[in-house]
Amino acid sequence: MIEARWLHKRFGSIDALDGVTFVAPDACITGLLGPNGAGKSTTLRILYATLAADSGTACVDGDVVSVTSTEVRKRIGVLPHNAGLYPALTARENIEYFGRLCGLDRSAARARTGELIELLDLQDIASRRAKGFSQGQKIRTALARALVHSPRNLILDEPTNGLDVPAVRKLRALLLRLRELGHCILFSSHVMHEVAMLCDEAVVISAGRVVACGTPEALRQRTQAASFEDAFVALTGDAGENA
Amino acid sequence: MGAVWSVFAKEFLENLRDRRTVMTALLLGPLFGPIFFSVMLQLSLDRSRVGADEIIRLPTMNSAAAPNLIAYLQAQHIRIVPVDGNSTGTRQLLAPERATVARGLIAQRAARLVLEIPEGYAASLEAGRPAALRLYADSSRTGDERYAARLSAVLDRYAQQIAMQRLTLRGVDPQLLAPVVVHHVDVSTPASRSLLVLGMMSFFIVLSMLTGGMYLAIDTTVGERERGTLEPLLATPAPRGQLVLGKMLATCTYMLLSLTLSTSALCIALGRIDLEQFGMSANLGPATAVSIIAIMAPLIPLLAALMTLIAAWTRSAREAQAWLGILQLIPTVPLVFASLLNLAPRLALMPVPSLSQHFLVTQLLRAEPLDRLWLAASAGSALLLGALLLLPVMRLYGSERVLG
Repeated sequence: MIEARWLHKRFGSIDALDGVTFVAPDACITGLLGPNGAGKSTTLRILYATLAADSGTACVDGDVVSVTSTEVRKRIGVLPHNAGLYPALTARENIEYFGRLCGLDRSAARARTGELIELLDLQDIASRRAKGFSQGQKIRTALARALVHSPRNLILDEPTNGLDVPAVRKLRALLLRLRELGHCILFSSHVMHEVAMLCDEAVVISAGRVVACGTPEALRQRTQAASFEDAFVALTGDAGENA
Repeated sequence: MGAVWSVFAKEFLENLRDRRTVMTALLLGPLFGPIFFSVMLQLSLDRSRVGADEIIRLPTMNSAAAPNLIAYLQAQHIRIVPVDGNSTGTRQLLAPERATVARGLIAQRAARLVLEIPEGYAASLEAGRPAALRLYADSSRTGDERYAARLSAVLDRYAQQIAMQRLTLRGVDPQLLAPVVVHHVDVSTPASRSLLVLGMMSFFIVLSMLTGGMYLAIDTTVGERERGTLEPLLATPAPRGQLVLGKMLATCTYMLLSLTLSTSALCIALGRIDLEQFGMSANLGPATAVSIIAIMAPLIPLLAALMTLIAAWTRSAREAQAWLGILQLIPTVPLVFASLLNLAPRLALMPVPSLSQHFLVTQLLRAEPLDRLWLAASAGSALLLGALLLLPVMRLYGSERVLG
C-alpha cells in the first residue's frame, strides 16, 4: 500500500505539489493521471524518496519513506522515467547490479535475475548491451530491474511511454499478473485510453492537486462525459497548460 | 558495505568498456609525459653533442689578406669558404658590397656566420694597432649562437697568442696580462644536474593521475545524471554514502592505474636515454618507480574527491569537462610558487599537497635520503584533506541537488 498524505513541494517560486493526497491499495493497479507538468513525476519521486517533500508524508505499508529509511525502501520497486538503463551493461548485468544494491547476495541476485529474464521474456536480449535496445526492450528490462528484490510495491513513471500496441498489451498482462500476486502498483501516465485500459483506480491530478479519484467508469459517469478522455478534460480544465 | 563493492565493480567494468576512457586514462595520459620527455631530452642531447669537434663552415671575405689567421682557423676545425667574387663570380667584390652580401648569405640561411677581413687588417696588424675583423651572425636564431660563441672563442685565442708573442718579443712577461685567474668549480653532481629536466617529472605524473580519473569522475556523477541512470540508482535502498564511496573508489583505481603506468613508462623511457652523455645520472630503477608511486598515491583520494565534487556540482558533462580542465592546472600552482619564491624543501612545507610530493620525488631522484617524518607529513596531510573533501561530496549526494 502506498499513501501520499498532504504532499507539498515548491521549486523556487512554483508550487509543484499543493497537498497531494491519495491511497494506492494492495492488489490494485492505481493510475496517476494528469497533464504535463501536473506534478505526477514529482509525486512519484517523493514516494520513492529521491525527493523530499516540503511538508506532508509519503508512506509505504504504513511506514514513512525517506532517504535514510532503508528497510521501507526495500519494499518499493521503481521504474523511472525513460527506464534509465546503463548502456554499456547487458540486460542481465543491469538487473543483477540493482539486485546487489537492494541487498541480495551474489547468488541470490543471479538466481532472481534468471527468473525475471524468464518472466519478462528477455532471453534474447539478456546478454546484449542496453545501448541498442528498443523502447519496449528498455521498459521490460527496467521493469525486471524494479522487480529484482521482489518488492511488494511498484512505482512506474510513464511505463507506456513510447511503447507500441503489442508492447502495451504485454505490459498490461504482466501488471495484471502482479496484481493477482497481491502487489500494489502505482503508475503515472498522460495517455487516457491506456489508463482506462490498465488501471482499477485512477487518481487525477492537475496543477499539484488531486482533482478526482475513482474507477475510470465512475469518473466518466460523474462528469457525464461520453468517454474517459472527455472526463479527463472536464476534470482538469485548462489547468494543465499553465501549470 | 556491500553496495560499495557492487558500485565499484560496476563502475570499473562499465568504464573499461568505454574506449574513450580507456584511451585517455590508461593510454594517452600515462604515455604523454614519457614521450614528451624522451623527445625533449633527445633533442637537447643531440644539440649538446654539437661540440668542439664539429666542423663549422665559415664563408670568409677577403681571406687572402690574412693567411695566418686562415691557417689558424683551419687548424681549429673551421672550414673556410672564400667569398670573393660577386654572385656570378665575374668580378671582385668591392668593400662596401661585402656587408650586403654577408647579410644576404645569413638571411638565405646559406651560412650561420660570415667573417669579413677588412682592407686595413694586414696593415693594422703590421703596425701593432688593433686590427678589426667583422663577424656577421644572427643572434635571434637560437640554434646558431653556440657556433658564434665557439668562433669568438677561437678568435680570442688567436688574438691572445699574437699578444703574447708581441710581449715576449719586447721582453715583457705575458703573465702580466693575467693578474687574476678564476677557476670555476662545479659542485653539481650528475644526479643534481639532471633535476633541471627531471623536476618536471612530478608534474607530469600528477597530470596523468588527473587525466586517469577525470572521465570516471564525470561519468559516475554528472554523466550518470545525464543518462538518466542516477534516478533509479538513488531510488534503491542502498545508502547514499556507500554509493559515493564506490564511485570514488573506482575513480581512485583508475588514477592509481594511470599513476603506475605513467611512472613505469617515465622510468623506462628515461632509462633508455643515455643521460650520462648529458652529464646527468638519475636514479630510475624499479625501486625508484615503486617509491615514486608510494609518494604520489596519497594524493589520489584528495584529487578524486575534488574532481567528484566539482563534477557532481556541475549541470552537464560538458561543463564538468571545462571545470576539470582548469583543475588540471591547480597542482602546478604550488610548484610555480616554489620555483618563483625559491622555496627549499622543509618540514613546514610537507603538508602542502602536490608541492610536498614534488619535493620528495625530487629528493628521491637525487638519491638523497628521505626523512620519515616528512613522508608521514606529506601523506597524512593529503589523506586528511581527501577525507575532509569527502564530506561535501556525501552531503551533495544526500541532497536532491545532485539530481540537478
